[in-house]
Amino acid sequence: MADGATRAPSAVATAAAAGPAQETVRTPRTDPPAGPAAAAARRRGISWRQRLEIAVLVAPALVLMVVFVAWPVLRAVQWSFFTWKGYGPLVDFVGLANYVSILTNDVFHGAVRHNLFVVVASIVLQLPLGLAIALLLNRPMYGQGVLRTIVFVPYVLAEVIAGVVWFQLLQPRYGVIDAWLERFGLSGPAQGWLGTPELALYAVMIVLTWKYLGMAVILMLAGLQGIPHDVTEAAEIDGASWWQTQWRITIPLLGPTMRTWAFLSMIGSLQLFDMVWILTRGGPANATTTMATFLLTEGQRRANYGIASAASVVLFVIALVMALTYQRFILSRDNTVDSPRRGKR
Amino acid sequence: MTATTLPGTRVRRRARRDAKSRNPLLYVAALVVVALSLGPVLVGVIGGFRTNAQLAEDPAGLPDPWVLDNYLNVITGAEFWRYALNSTAIALITTGLVVLLGVMAAYPLARYRFRGREALFTIFVMGLLFPATVAIIPLFIIVTRDLGLGNTWWGVALPQAAFALPLTVVILRPFLAAIPTEIEEAALLDGASRLGFFWRILLPLSGPGMVTVGVLAFVTSWNNYMLPLLLLQDRMRTLPLGVADFSSEHAADIAGVYAFTTLAMIPALVFFLAMQKRIVNGLQGAVKG
Repeated sequence: MADGATRAPSAVATAAAAGPAQETVRTPRTDPPAGPAAAAARRRGISWRQRLEIAVLVAPALVLMVVFVAWPVLRAVQWSFFTWKGYGPLVDFVGLANYVSILTNDVFHGAVRHNLFVVVASIVLQLPLGLAIALLLNRPMYGQGVLRTIVFVPYVLAEVIAGVVWFQLLQPRYGVIDAWLERFGLSGPAQGWLGTPELALYAVMIVLTWKYLGMAVILMLAGLQGIPHDVTEAAEIDGASWWQTQWRITIPLLGPTMRTWAFLSMIGSLQLFDMVWILTRGGPANATTTMATFLLTEGQRRANYGIASAASVVLFVIALVMALTYQRFILSRDNTVDSPRRGKR
Repeated sequence: MTATTLPGTRVRRRARRDAKSRNPLLYVAALVVVALSLGPVLVGVIGGFRTNAQLAEDPAGLPDPWVLDNYLNVITGAEFWRYALNSTAIALITTGLVVLLGVMAAYPLARYRFRGREALFTIFVMGLLFPATVAIIPLFIIVTRDLGLGNTWWGVALPQAAFALPLTVVILRPFLAAIPTEIEEAALLDGASRLGFFWRILLPLSGPGMVTVGVLAFVTSWNNYMLPLLLLQDRMRTLPLGVADFSSEHAADIAGVYAFTTLAMIPALVFFLAMQKRIVNGLQGAVKG
């Protein structure tokens, strides 16, 4: 005990002397005491008691994450190399066959395409709509607070509950939407919006837009609050119209918020499951499958655990590559703008 | 001169900024937004007050007469309350675990100085990369076979908490770090241990942060579908599962489905109205983090 207590500080001291960037580098325990830095080191160093405290405090969270996050993810990677039906030992090693199988599978191709469609369509639809509604609700008007709450309601409902209501609304003939169309002398598609393969994905997309627009609005409203009034006021004094002020000043200043929102939206779109499962189960004729519905169908219904695991690994890799690319090329702009400010603090 | 006119203009300008708009177009646009946001919800609420015969005759009409039967059937049946109890229990266990373990882990990461601290924090940040979807199939096998927790509250709550922890720690760490060191030094001088400081001073002071992560964990658990879909059956189902199954089992009873769904919305909406600030703060925190 005493041994560690005296040596640990010196190790930290040398690490600290070597520069903060190397704080995590493990220095040899036999370092000589670091002379003048020793006093500072004693304050920075930690006793065994503190190490125990740290371990006790962090361990429960780590254990939970290892058992329920890391372990299942590693199992998924392992299973993706086997053919396994869920019972018996894991002996049927098939190498990359599961990956070859899904990467040449039309249903999985469709699933990836549908996910990418939702990623792009969500941003293309929700960014301008969300921005417009946020700018509208940002103008001083009566009932502003209530309006902001109402816009957020669809987002708060569970995807499943919203999905069940929309499923009824979209029913052919007896659904409210078709009934309204009929009043105007129009009629919905014979198979229903969700039953027609060419339309189903668009119908799902519209429901998703309804459900998630509130999130974009709320984040952008919050971003608008962060824009100093002085800037917009200065523009107004200089004779800029409301439109000019929004277009030239507010929207550019909202850039970081929009980019972050788009990132969250993209990550969510890649994992789309609940809404599709409720509205169409991936049908009709696999017109609305997503990677998540694909892997659940394979895993749960068909007990093809190897295929399902390979699909989940592919889903993870696609999401990771897209996230890193986005961070590297789009979000990094915000970070570089941020860093000098951070340095001053 | 300028010194005397300046405050005046500033007051006038502020008054202009606070003046409510009287532009009717603005209110028309706002009404359209309200109608589109609430329309589908209201169709469900109103549909619950109609009979199936009324719904068949005119799907888009108003109740004539208003019927309470659909709602009464749901309220007096055991099913709805059973699902609500399961949802509540699972959400509470998840929230409790997330807040407790999250604040415990965030404390040393925020306020102790030790080697490997950033590496440890990076482990939590890495956790953000793994959505439950990726792990769902093995999770099902691990929870049901290896742990024997299939079809139980804990079997759903433990994985939910594990997947919520990374974001919780990422949000809480700056919260805990922002509490001034002077307070900590004063407490230590007065003879408090670091754990004593944590328990008696840091926890109460970081209340708002814990409420934020707690509300996020609760709402996420309450709305979760995929994990309960795999793990829970029959009497153990949560409200989203119950609503989805009710809607497919009673496909012919549309009025009943509307009533059941409407009642299932109420807890989330009430919770949201009560916690609106916290939820919005949490979302913003998640964005900034």
